[in-house]
Amino acid sequence: MSRSHKEGGVLGLFDDPVRLLEAVRKLRSRGLTEFEVFSPYAVEGIEKAQGLKRSLIPFVTLVFASLGCTLGFYFQYWTSVIDWPLNVGGKPYNSWPAFVPVMFELTVLAGGLATFGALLLFARLPNTSRSALDPSITRDRFAILVSGMNPEDASNLLTTIGAREVRAIVPRGWF
Amino acid sequence: MAEILITGGKSAADLDADVARPVERFPTRIWWVCFLAALAAFGLGALLATDMFQRGLGVLGLNITNGWGVFIVNFVFWVGIGHAGTLISAILYLFRQRWRTGINRTAEAMTIFAVMTALLFPVIHTGRPWYAIFWLIPYPNERSLWVNFRSPLIWDVFAVGTYFTISLVFWFTGLIPDLASLRDRAKHPVRKAVYTVLSLGWRGSSRNWLHYETAYLILAGLSTPLVLSVHSVVSFDFAVSSVPGWHTTIFPPYFVAGAIFSGFAMVVTLLVITREVFGLKDYITLDHLEKMNKILLATGMMVGYAYACEFFIAWYSGNPIERFALTNRAFGPYAWAYWIMVACNVAVPQIFWFKRARRNLALMFLVSLLVNIGMWFERFVIVVTSLHRDFLPSSWRYYVPTFYDWGITLGSFGWFFIWFLLFVRFLPVIAMSEVKAVIAEENGEGHVAVA
Repeated sequence: MSRSHKEGGVLGLFDDPVRLLEAVRKLRSRGLTEFEVFSPYAVEGIEKAQGLKRSLIPFVTLVFASLGCTLGFYFQYWTSVIDWPLNVGGKPYNSWPAFVPVMFELTVLAGGLATFGALLLFARLPNTSRSALDPSITRDRFAILVSGMNPEDASNLLTTIGAREVRAIVPRGWF
Repeated sequence: MAEILITGGKSAADLDADVARPVERFPTRIWWVCFLAALAAFGLGALLATDMFQRGLGVLGLNITNGWGVFIVNFVFWVGIGHAGTLISAILYLFRQRWRTGINRTAEAMTIFAVMTALLFPVIHTGRPWYAIFWLIPYPNERSLWVNFRSPLIWDVFAVGTYFTISLVFWFTGLIPDLASLRDRAKHPVRKAVYTVLSLGWRGSSRNWLHYETAYLILAGLSTPLVLSVHSVVSFDFAVSSVPGWHTTIFPPYFVAGAIFSGFAMVVTLLVITREVFGLKDYITLDHLEKMNKILLATGMMVGYAYACEFFIAWYSGNPIERFALTNRAFGPYAWAYWIMVACNVAVPQIFWFKRARRNLALMFLVSLLVNIGMWFERFVIVVTSLHRDFLPSSWRYYVPTFYDWGITLGSFGWFFIWFLLFVRFLPVIAMSEVKAVIAEENGEGHVAVA
């Protein structure tokens, strides 16, 4: 399932998610892996049918949230205890309970920004070299893009598995 | 499929057309009237603020003992308004409350604009806003001294800053697929180009949806503690001080309940108008509004409980100063403000015990306005009555906001509505990709994600 190839191929359009799921299962049972699935909303079960692995975003969030928490504490400790220890109201220099709110906020901030960053990275957004395949996909239709195959065979295959409309796609960028 | 969330037998294509309509045509006259009114209000506030910066904060009603006045009231009020949006978008998402899909986009937008409005006040309240950035951001000053991280005011900077950033990221993440829908509908080249860039080239591939759903779930999880923490930290600004009437442990939950209460009232106000003006009655249904009104009833009683609890503790603690502060609040010179607060926040929402009242548009609009007035006065009562009589009776005074206070307050409403009107004009007011999943499920089109 290499994604390095140019994103040309043959696009098959479907009218509902049930047919799409069936089609994806049929493609997989034929041993085909060079295809992408598109939908206007997240179709439940598509990742299983397509054999996609779980997203790694939660691990990124965990790492960065932990970093935010630790560095948040370290920064407050360093400024209050090491760089300029200042007696405020007779409290200990390392008055850690008072540091908790800022630690918490930095945990959420770092975790949230990392989650968004990871989403862009994993989803390869923004990618100016790819544009929408068909305007109806973000409206109410579903599609399978078969690439790395002879266009005629791909068209026949997509029609056999139930595509309503089939056409060739030439890769192009945003503008 | 016990309940119908979308009425009128709408399809996904109808949804796109209905939501995109206000975006794809020249704004209506009513939009222009509202927009110009908002601009005028903001203009007045900006003018008065400029004049205030030149002359100094003396033009406000502030003086010893009232170091804080209407500006801090407005700050707490606007931050509070924001909470409903995060509650709807994050907590209701985690609880799989699917009715949220019709209203979450508007509510989240409201959150962001409310926090932007709130942030104006601590900055202009310094009187020298061009220095404020240096006072708020932790960096070593000219004597290499750092900010005091034990101060709730610094916690507040982090809390509200994080809240704004995460809300914005969460909102934008939700917008990406819908911006792609607008892009694919667009005929005008400029509109097409703008939405192409904004949608980041989203194509709706299943790999992207997989990451997207995961990221959305995590952002909802991260935003959830923010709903509870932000107004708790705002309440620390008061509760960590030693001022009688502020120094109470009930403040964090009391502030959070009040924030959700006022926020839901603002959402009802905005939704009643938005669904009417943009013809979205099939997506933002009476059922949605009825649920919101139930939450108003529940949170209204929570704040009512908090008011009563404050009095109970003032009596039970046996502390004469605390007793004075609370008695002064309800029966002192500002009794009028206290009873406006009780009437609007505790008494008025009780009408929502009746189903007919919960489903009556005119009535809920009126109640939501009254609740917002009541919640503004709640903050006024907390800020002003606790300060105007301190420990030394010779310094007691009666705080009266001036024309500058009121004008700048009006300006903040103008600022909020400028952003909100731009939002309804340029962005999809309903989370289309989420509602499409709901429509598909209601039509029985197989197993689809609860988005």
